[in-house]
Amino acid sequence: MSVSTEELARPGVGGGLAEVFRTRFLLKLLVRKELKVRYRGSVLGLLWSYVKPGVQFIVFYIALGVFLGLENSPRNPGGLPNYAIYLFSGIVLINFFNEALGNASRSIVNNGGLIKKIYLPRELFPVASVWVSAVHFFPQLVILVGACLYAGWHPSFLQLAAALGGFAIVGLLATGLGLLFGAVNVYFRDSENFVDMLLMVATWASPVMYAWTMVADKLGEFWFTVYQFNPITVGVESFHYAFWLPTTDGSAPLPPNLLSVWMPVALLVSAGILLIGQLTFRRLEGRFAQEL
Amino acid sequence: MTTAIEVKNINKQFVLRHTRSIKEAIVWLAKGRKGDLSEKFHALHDVSLEIDQGEAVALLGFNGSGKSTLLKHISGVMVPDNGTVRTRGRVAGLIEVGAGFHHDLSGRDNVYLNGAILGMTEEQIKERFDSIVEFAEIGKFIDTEVKFYSSGMYLRLAFSVAVHTDPEVFLVDEILAVGDEPFQRKCIAKIQELAAEGKTLVVVSHDLDLVSRICDRGILLDRGNVTFDGPIEQAVATLRA
Ligand SMILES: Nc1ncnc2c1ncn2[C@@H]1O[C@H](COP(=O)(O)OP(=O)(O)O)[C@@H](O)[C@H]1O
Ligand SMILES: [Mg+2]
Repeated sequence: MSVSTEELARPGVGGGLAEVFRTRFLLKLLVRKELKVRYRGSVLGLLWSYVKPGVQFIVFYIALGVFLGLENSPRNPGGLPNYAIYLFSGIVLINFFNEALGNASRSIVNNGGLIKKIYLPRELFPVASVWVSAVHFFPQLVILVGACLYAGWHPSFLQLAAALGGFAIVGLLATGLGLLFGAVNVYFRDSENFVDMLLMVATWASPVMYAWTMVADKLGEFWFTVYQFNPITVGVESFHYAFWLPTTDGSAPLPPNLLSVWMPVALLVSAGILLIGQLTFRRLEGRFAQEL
Repeated sequence: MTTAIEVKNINKQFVLRHTRSIKEAIVWLAKGRKGDLSEKFHALHDVSLEIDQGEAVALLGFNGSGKSTLLKHISGVMVPDNGTVRTRGRVAGLIEVGAGFHHDLSGRDNVYLNGAILGMTEEQIKERFDSIVEFAEIGKFIDTEVKFYSSGMYLRLAFSVAVHTDPEVFLVDEILAVGDEPFQRKCIAKIQELAAEGKTLVVVSHDLDLVSRICDRGILLDRGNVTFDGPIEQAVATLRA
């Protein structure tokens, strides 16, 4: 007879994100499953993840850079130099955020079949979604770095570290909001619409398409400060600083105090949202099994 | 005796929502909350029970009496509105075999994924892999995607992974209602073997003769209430009466 030495414990009371860390082998398998199912080992599928952002980039570049005249040229001396790289470095980060949050928000409902039958740390699903998006981010990063090198990229160590920080900020934010909306979505299935709206706003409420100086000029100091509280703004600026700035003559100004003040602030905001997401998730997860 | 499962005065009400849409909920609020958006259904009434390690217990009752709901509380999938559930050691639910299986993955990938879902570590799965495949009689098809499996193969593999998780407590819910004859016999034999080894078992089945053979204790549920808890012969007789 197998006599357990363990104590009596309440089942179904998880340890939150810490538990995800303890079950990281399962996390790895869930991520791998997601990738395998999506690509089914097909080269075309993998290629697709390069083609899609590439096309998006070209369309924006031509429409905004050439037609609207944001690209710096002899005829448009006020435009941004290497606008293509400026745009792309922001877009890859926004793509990551959009995919991560969109998939994380649907992850609980999509895995409902499993969640209502077997107990496992449910935070695994939103976290796995964000992780999968990070894997998809990689080919875009490859294209970005390729374009940067072509344009004479010479980043400093600090600049690369800033990009890493920016990525972490956006990843934490996506995880926090993903936990929040993933849980709410179980109760209100149309909250996905709200997420879609949020994603659209996120793209335009950060300096992806335009330069931050335009915002500062139009909004004035107070509202520009508010604008900078958006962690995505800081993330995108860190990417500009790491990828775009070192391909130019470096004369473009950074938003003031980006590294010393705004990066830490953004990290705190993201961590705060992660905490709110986790707390909401834990409040709601007790009834996932019966609501799904 | 050491307690394996302790259920103390648990209640469970299900809220049957009529809407899962924010839009409809807002319309309802705006219209002055006419009508009910949700109804409540009392699925478990003040249920208490204690199961010792090594006991094999049958959970009996008609459809809708709350057997599956109780098992879900023991496995932690659901949490009670009030009262407490406590368990000792790892609990494995054979509540629905193959719940974590994915059709587009190979048998091998599914063994790993499902093993991890059921709480096995990487080393444990590696160690028991051959034994899992052997018990499931899958052989060379282990690297084929499971969507090409017959339903018998699929169930055998899923069941095999589940029994190889080697938990302290097994929850078995109606799995014997699925699969073909030989598979059922094999499952039953395995469950009897587990009982003989002194594993704690909680079994739900409509096959009263079968549960009489496997279990020594029977608990009767009627619309969420425990109406009998005692020797299996008496429990079965009460249910049949
Ligand atoms: N998630 C749920 N939401 C609402 N009602 C449920 C849910 N799960 C079960 N029920 C109801 O609770 C009752 C007990 O169900 P169940 O435990 O599955 O019964 P049994 O397994 O004994 O047949 C049934 O009337 C069923 O309709
Ligand atoms: Mg049932």
